[in-house]
Amino acid sequence: MKVMAVVAAGVVLAAVAVGYTVHAADRPAPETAPGAIAPGLHVRTADGTVSGTSLSCHRFYAAGDAAVCLAAKPGFPPKTTATVLGRDLTTRHEVEFGGTPNRARVSPSGRMVSWTVFVSGDSYTASGFSTRTGILDTRTGYLVKNMESIQLYLDGRRHHAPDVNFWGVTFAADDNRFYATVATGGRTYLVEGDMAAWTARTLRANAECPSLSPDGTRIAFKKRVLPGADDPWRLHVLDLATLRETPLAETRSVDDQAAWLDDRTLAYALPGPDVWKVPADGSGAPELLAADASSPSMAP
Amino acid sequence: MYLAASRARQDTGDPATAPGGRRVAGAVIALGSVSLVTDVSSEMVTAVLPLYLVIGLGLSPLQFGLLDGLYNGATALVRLAGGHAADRWRRHKLVAGTGYALSALSRLGLLAATPAALSTAIAADRVGKGIRTAPRDALITLHSAEHHLGRAFGVHRAMDTTGAMLGPLVAFALLWLTAGAYDAVFVVSFCIGALGLLILIAFVPGAAGRDTGSTSPAAPRSGPSLRSTLALVGAPGFRRVLLAATLLGLVSVTDGFLYLVLQDRLDIDTAYFPLLPLGSAAVYLVLAVPLGRLADRIGRRTPFLLGHLALLGAYAAVLVPVGGPVLVLLLHGIYYAATDGVLMALGGPLVPRERRAGGLALLQTGQATGRLLASVLFGAAWTAWGMTPALVAAACALAVGLGAAAVILRDAR
Repeated sequence: MKVMAVVAAGVVLAAVAVGYTVHAADRPAPETAPGAIAPGLHVRTADGTVSGTSLSCHRFYAAGDAAVCLAAKPGFPPKTTATVLGRDLTTRHEVEFGGTPNRARVSPSGRMVSWTVFVSGDSYTASGFSTRTGILDTRTGYLVKNMESIQLYLDGRRHHAPDVNFWGVTFAADDNRFYATVATGGRTYLVEGDMAAWTARTLRANAECPSLSPDGTRIAFKKRVLPGADDPWRLHVLDLATLRETPLAETRSVDDQAAWLDDRTLAYALPGPDVWKVPADGSGAPELLAADASSPSMAP
Repeated sequence: MYLAASRARQDTGDPATAPGGRRVAGAVIALGSVSLVTDVSSEMVTAVLPLYLVIGLGLSPLQFGLLDGLYNGATALVRLAGGHAADRWRRHKLVAGTGYALSALSRLGLLAATPAALSTAIAADRVGKGIRTAPRDALITLHSAEHHLGRAFGVHRAMDTTGAMLGPLVAFALLWLTAGAYDAVFVVSFCIGALGLLILIAFVPGAAGRDTGSTSPAAPRSGPSLRSTLALVGAPGFRRVLLAATLLGLVSVTDGFLYLVLQDRLDIDTAYFPLLPLGSAAVYLVLAVPLGRLADRIGRRTPFLLGHLALLGAYAAVLVPVGGPVLVLLLHGIYYAATDGVLMALGGPLVPRERRAGGLALLQTGQATGRLLASVLFGAAWTAWGMTPALVAAACALAVGLGAAAVILRDAR
């Protein structure tokens, strides 16, 4: 009797489970339309596609003659596919690696591409997440899957440490110089890197997710202003000539690699997610740019 | 004749043989089935939760990490409360069932994608897990002969681990089938969790005494007071086991850190990182029963101490490094198989039956608190000195702790 009752209840539960799964699998996929990456602002929209295209990306960035689309691939273990596209949406390169999408950048010319993924374990991982950053030279096909192999100079001294972690690369116009965040010993630093020499040296502490301005003179970054997880970051802009920082008018915590709309304005996502913009000189006030959107980038 | 004799022994608190003559009681198999099914349900959620929060909802990973750590710490008190409540009302099955129900229901909370609902759901899941653990382990001891406790816990933990290994596979199969529909994972997880609860209600007998309806004449109307449960801390034999478990918890690096160090030192491709815990779990699964039986035969102290020696070996294998990830995961799996259920088998018989759940809760809380502090200390050491010195320090601490535990437990069996 008991066995029968449990079996019967089990059948009902199985029917619910299967029914819901089939229903979820049958949800209509977003409509696909051919297209190109038009000049202007692109964001990831609520249905997971990049505005103005049919691309399904978790993180997207367009610059020069190329774009990169990071898409999470559900599976065990979780993987990410980075697809480098031409402006006509033809696929130029495709790289697959472990982790889940976090940041993506293309150099101003479109030649250099970089991405950062989170590598998460599972319930057993006490410290949660760590990051992996890769760089691809689309002209030569040279691929660095994990840039932790770079020679790092901390305050001028060669630094070896097993806990070194890089994220958020941004490229200069020469396709060789770049900026990124490095974390080691519990602190974060802004580094200036050299692709050809494969070195990176720290410029200052406490600067994450750098984004180089189109004119190459300033870096937008998020600075940690509070310990812990409640509103820890504020957007700042660093003048590379003087190394002076300017806090921006956005007072909410921004956990994003900001994108320059032009030499005076920055765009970034806030939880919601929504994309906002704010003047890059500390003046003015934040303005909503796109609701239900994330991953902004400005295609020239 | 046999039945009567067996019944009499059960009433005196020491059933030599489980009803029916099997050496592992039906109740243990039933509890193992409940744990297996429940672990499929809960591990499918934990496997996809970080992805869901970060990719699905755009939460920062930092927020998730803190959320998770906070709740893990808070369950220590809940565990004590659950254990004591089960003793007090002599309703082990009811208290455990409440915990299972709470965890199953929490899956539906994940469907509401607001941060407040998510926090509540995650908290409810952890509270449910905290509530049920001690009454469940107490039921295992109350339905098993004392000299077969190691085997009984071995069987239970092997079934439990099987579920934990299947969970992520089910979850990622579902994500693949539905092209990334996290809600389907949560709904299926709820259904599986509900099935586990039904199995508990239908097939798990309550503790002998109040739960089964027959009260022995001498038993008081209600169970032990909170004071008498807490007084166990001072009980001579039990105090030593509690002290040793807490001390060893305090010098054991948490799994997550070990996997991070392992990945880094042995340069394992990040794509395979999530597979590392499965390696340990597979070893645990295979060795839980043999090591439990060994503990029954030669006493539980030796396997418990040797298990921690295996953990020390795992640190050494990472540091040297020798043997590659396989050796490290093998030693880590042995550590779990020789210490997890074995600790319950070591401590259980030292607690009077009517205070069993509360006593086991104390033991688990002591160990968990030790581990929580250990992870804080190890994190700080890693930050201050770097990874390798931190691991060397952890190995030294474990070696010293192990020596101390061997002395503290010199009379234990």
